[in-house]
Amino acid sequence: MSTCKIEISGIRKQFGELVVLRDINLKVESGAVIALIGPSGSGKSTLLRCLNLLVIPEGGKIRIGDDAFAFDGGARLPSVREQARFRSNTGMVFQHFNLFPHMTVLQNVMEGPVSVKNMPKAEAQELARRLLDKVGLSDKVDAFPNKLSGGQKQRVAIARALAMEPSVMLFDEATSALDPELVGEVLNVIRALAAEGMTMIIVTHEIGFAREVADRVVFMRDGVIVEEGPAHDVIDSPKEEATRTFLSHFHNRG
Amino acid sequence: MYTWRFDAVWGYRDLFLTGTAVTVGLTIAVVVLGLLVGLVAGLAQLSRSPTLRWLSWLYIEMFRLTPLLVLLLWFYYALPMLTGIKMDALTAAVLTLTLYGGSFYAEVIRGGIVSIEPGQSEAGLALGMTPARVMRRIVLPQAIKRMIPPLMNQSIIQFKNTSLVSVLAVPDLLYQGQIVAMDTYRALEVYTVIAAIYFVVLLPLTVIVKRAERHLAHSN
Repeated sequence: MSTCKIEISGIRKQFGELVVLRDINLKVESGAVIALIGPSGSGKSTLLRCLNLLVIPEGGKIRIGDDAFAFDGGARLPSVREQARFRSNTGMVFQHFNLFPHMTVLQNVMEGPVSVKNMPKAEAQELARRLLDKVGLSDKVDAFPNKLSGGQKQRVAIARALAMEPSVMLFDEATSALDPELVGEVLNVIRALAAEGMTMIIVTHEIGFAREVADRVVFMRDGVIVEEGPAHDVIDSPKEEATRTFLSHFHNRG
Repeated sequence: MYTWRFDAVWGYRDLFLTGTAVTVGLTIAVVVLGLLVGLVAGLAQLSRSPTLRWLSWLYIEMFRLTPLLVLLLWFYYALPMLTGIKMDALTAAVLTLTLYGGSFYAEVIRGGIVSIEPGQSEAGLALGMTPARVMRRIVLPQAIKRMIPPLMNQSIIQFKNTSLVSVLAVPDLLYQGQIVAMDTYRALEVYTVIAAIYFVVLLPLTVIVKRAERHLAHSN
């Protein structure tokens, strides 16, 4: 059990009448890369946001590393501080980047370590420069986000998340808002992280990328996990009809 | 044809000057205090506590939907009957204008905060910040920029609103003017001068607001 980095059991979530997640169970081993795929409205983004407590589930348990939360329908939510500490352990990358527009690229990346970990400014700056170099943006440190392309913004967002030195990275459709020619540069960064052994859950529509980088693929539809298995198996020879139907849209398009 | 006799008013220039000083000083006081009240009430509007939200809503709407003149008279004449505490006219004026202005500022501040995309808060929370820190570090710095033009507009209105305190005999510009008018029987000259003073003080301020609005449009 202890090799599992992430353990999700019995997660349920509904918004009003709409049930978005029904009894989700998933285990992710340390260093594994999981691709979450499925049609829109399948609950994959909600599941990812539950892992970062941006959405609080109605029931079930989530454990990431040594931190665990059980949810019992909202009677007693984890305190604001507990939630914050839990989140600081996971890095989240959003579809629309959500960079802080009032800060430079460097300040964006420094913000987490400085204001959450109370890291001295000089040390945080050094860390931020190293990470920006890693994502290929050392020439943009003093730029403001509105001067960057979408691909550059997303790479800054990845560096910002990495600056907290998280044990897990979560990607929520990180390339969906990008122009096609900018997708590659972001995928390259994610690919490099995978090679370093970062544990990651990636919600994506890039099926080819999922097949290449992910160890396992999880296919969701209507709030349930329909099929899950090694990436090549699920994508090349899906067992379930629903998975086949979903994947056929991509094969046809390609 | 009326013969303008501004020289009849010139002798009272000291009264106009002290009146203007009282008006400007009063405005500064009620703008600063009103902003503080507005910030508290605006944040309370966004609180997780339903009680705080309800109380701040009640305060904001009570003051926004009541004429300022009625409020001034109520605070000066009626409140002491209710509480037994007598206020001097200046205190009643500052208190009323502060609460009145605060209710409008609160709406501007609340609106500025909710205008920031939820993704900004989520990004801050995802880094592990507490909601309070997200507000201070991420949301407010962006929201304040958007709030500045409407807050300045509201403050310009407050400057003009202070003229109503003359009904409580607070010696502001209008009150002093009324004395001069009664003294000289030169109402036309006196009230023209008063209007001109309000105009001259506010003109540069409106230019600054216009400039701030333009700057804001460019920076986004």
